[in-house]
Amino acid sequence: MKKLFLAASAAALLAGTWLAPAQAEYLKEHRGGTIRLLARSAAGTLDPHINYTDQGWQMYQPIYDGLVAFRKAEGKDGFEVVADLAEALPTLSNDGKTLAFKLRKGIKFSDGKDLGVKDVVASFQRIFKVSGPTSGTFYAGIVGADKCLADTKSCTLDGGVVGDEAAGTITINLTKPDAEILYKLALPHAVILPADTPAEDMGSKPIPSTGAYMISAFDPNKGMTVTRNPNFKQWSEEAQPDGYPDVVQYDFGLSEEAAVTAIQNGEADWMFDALPSDRLGELGSKSMDQLHISPLSAWWYAPLNNRLAPFDNEKARQAVAYAIDRNTLVKLFGGKVLASPVCQVLPPDFPGHEDYCPYTKNPGAKWSAPDVDKAKQLVEESGTKGQKVTIIVEDTAISRSIGVYLQSVLTSIGYVADVKPISSNIQFTYIQNTNNKVQMSVTQWYKDYPAASDFLNILFSCASFREGSDASINIAGFCDKDIDAKMQKALDLGVTDQKAADKLWAEVDKQVTDKAPAVGLFTPKRLDFVSKRLGNYKFNPQFNWMITQSWVQ
Amino acid sequence: MSNQVAAVVPRKTRGPWAVALAKLTTDRAAMASLAVFLLIVLACFSAPLYAKWAGVDPFASTLDAVIQVDGADVPVMEQSTEGLGLGYTPIGPTWQLGNYFLGADSQGRDVMARMLYGGLSSLLISGAATIFTLILGTAAGLIAGYFGGITDTVLSRLLDVLWAFPIYLLAISLSIVTIAQGISIGPIEIQSGSLWLPVIIIGIVYVPYVARPIRGQVLSLRHSEFVMAAINLGVPGSRILWRDILPNITTTLIVFVPLMMALNMLTESALSFLSIGVQPPAASWGTIIQDGQALLYTRPLVALVPGLAIAVSVMALNVFGDGLRDALDPRSKVRLGRD
Repeated sequence: MKKLFLAASAAALLAGTWLAPAQAEYLKEHRGGTIRLLARSAAGTLDPHINYTDQGWQMYQPIYDGLVAFRKAEGKDGFEVVADLAEALPTLSNDGKTLAFKLRKGIKFSDGKDLGVKDVVASFQRIFKVSGPTSGTFYAGIVGADKCLADTKSCTLDGGVVGDEAAGTITINLTKPDAEILYKLALPHAVILPADTPAEDMGSKPIPSTGAYMISAFDPNKGMTVTRNPNFKQWSEEAQPDGYPDVVQYDFGLSEEAAVTAIQNGEADWMFDALPSDRLGELGSKSMDQLHISPLSAWWYAPLNNRLAPFDNEKARQAVAYAIDRNTLVKLFGGKVLASPVCQVLPPDFPGHEDYCPYTKNPGAKWSAPDVDKAKQLVEESGTKGQKVTIIVEDTAISRSIGVYLQSVLTSIGYVADVKPISSNIQFTYIQNTNNKVQMSVTQWYKDYPAASDFLNILFSCASFREGSDASINIAGFCDKDIDAKMQKALDLGVTDQKAADKLWAEVDKQVTDKAPAVGLFTPKRLDFVSKRLGNYKFNPQFNWMITQSWVQ
Repeated sequence: MSNQVAAVVPRKTRGPWAVALAKLTTDRAAMASLAVFLLIVLACFSAPLYAKWAGVDPFASTLDAVIQVDGADVPVMEQSTEGLGLGYTPIGPTWQLGNYFLGADSQGRDVMARMLYGGLSSLLISGAATIFTLILGTAAGLIAGYFGGITDTVLSRLLDVLWAFPIYLLAISLSIVTIAQGISIGPIEIQSGSLWLPVIIIGIVYVPYVARPIRGQVLSLRHSEFVMAAINLGVPGSRILWRDILPNITTTLIVFVPLMMALNMLTESALSFLSIGVQPPAASWGTIIQDGQALLYTRPLVALVPGLAIAVSVMALNVFGDGLRDALDPRSKVRLGRD
């Protein structure tokens, strides 16, 4: 593990050296101006310890820093963790259970206060004090986390996060080695905030930051203004590079149609929301140079309730997996340029992914065509023919159309199916709660960090299922003790041998796919439509387009 | 000079219904509106026949379908062939009846067939909701107006509470509560997705619109001489209500029918547009507008045609309702909406 860190640091250093002159040159030429972004609505709370949205996480990148960060780079390099507020990646000891960081000196928050060890310790405590959405999962392995989870207000993480102000060091102690801890520390939920930040959801109130930019104004109904942090001095181009625009103006409220028109007219530079489907053809032909298509580590899938008829029957679940025409779903999503058919859980090019598709006409590595005859046969064998199935989807054009298509498929193989679109605001929690007796739903999962466990362990482990809870992310209610044990083995193996662990994850992926607790539909791609004036578009695989690394003048 | 008294020959007069009918039939606007509305009803009720004739299933996704237009094979969903080849566009209107006359929607379904089925749902729901409202509203108005006292106070306050909610907010709230689980009260069980759900919801929210004017009329009839005489003769209240009062408010109820139906049609469309009325894959004009919203730029007709159908139907019902009111209730006491 230690060797891995050293190699990574060396590679990062080389890459940084190579990049430095280019960026300096470009900064001189293109620095300044206002970049205008559009979204239908704000991303919720501004609090980085609480916000758990793609939109929020993307915007936090040039604003907040953790001890470590995902490298601000394109391609697979963007999945690499590099030192950020810490001088270097941590040294490991105590069998990988202790991580020692040394804080960089001379860094200030945007309000002028110096960053100190106390801020780091307080920030880790705050993750629990504000009941951060991942406090019980990602950070539950820190010593003292159990007490913090039981009594959030008096959280001290005693023995878990230990700071030495004089030496400028922070030691994080884990209850057991965690191969993914650096990824977790690089997420916005673990960014460092001033120690005096109130231990409550800050909502619409910006919190001082250490990054190249700071939030200077925010109105959830109008927009957000992000300006340069006057106290920022670049310390690591790969972790927190200086940006090009002076101001990022993020406006909320415009519909997707209006946003496209605004970008076409040069009144805005980018929109967060997906492009309206009726504009795709026109944009794809007339504005090709303004479109950027990037792969996403994501999964559109249909969880099947493994604890409720008819999908408590494995054959019934497999029948659905056989019957669904992924090409049709890809079509509904906008075509092959924007999505690829999938059968398995792990997305392509993701750690642990090995092409596998048992639910197709010619089972093998790739999906080819639906096998409706086989599906009908399985429905007959399962004895579930004629049962009623309700599919719960989000009330968006794409989800509704997928739901209607799935309803046709289920009807064609012998079920009596109907579709219920539910407001996007509540659908995701609604389908998780077993009290709502959801038989089938359509949802998506986007990776938090590049590890197979982020899909398999989170979505299909027994521990992720909670009866009667809105936070039961194992929506299918799948629980297989053998597969669970294998996942635990892969997690443990990852601490010492990530390659071997990924091999094991590939096996888990196949086993979970075979059991069909959920049906994989397709892997989406991100389509960004930018203004003509926007230059230097760069896509980071972890947090999407790097906003401030583009220029507008 | 003769002192002769002329014999009084009784003139043959027409009954009030015949007078009203005669008056209505001379109202050209009302009759034209009725004709338009009946045409729409006829067209919508022919939906299953149209779908069978056209050989389409308006509720199933047919994204891979290929149809013949002017002798050439045309896919129902056309992929963009220029540039990046992004997105699929449903076929536009062919203007050939029985062959995707109005084109396809984003599921490759025949919009014309869905329009007819959608109209059928909208008409059935608005019609049934109107009956539901009239029954509940009339019952509440009769009881409150006739019995008065504490009964009137309780019923009137209940209606006031219902009246106090913005109609759409109340309808949306009720829909959201019932959309996923349906309604289950004792032996009454309505499955989620059933067309009875919007019927009941819409029916309930408009009860005060009917009950209040009816109560007013009953209050006035309650103190009329013939009712007082019946009471003094010991005629039971239920018989007075049924035999003496109800017939006197019938014209008001008839006037309510087209006006309430128009209002219910708008409410149903709004709820379906918001995904809390008719549930997919079933169609109503509201759901078709919702489907068409994602195609406004390339296939605007998918949203415009049902919108136009709603507008024409509601206008026809309102104009006919006005004519009916003029014919039956010249004093025009019945006005919908809040004063």
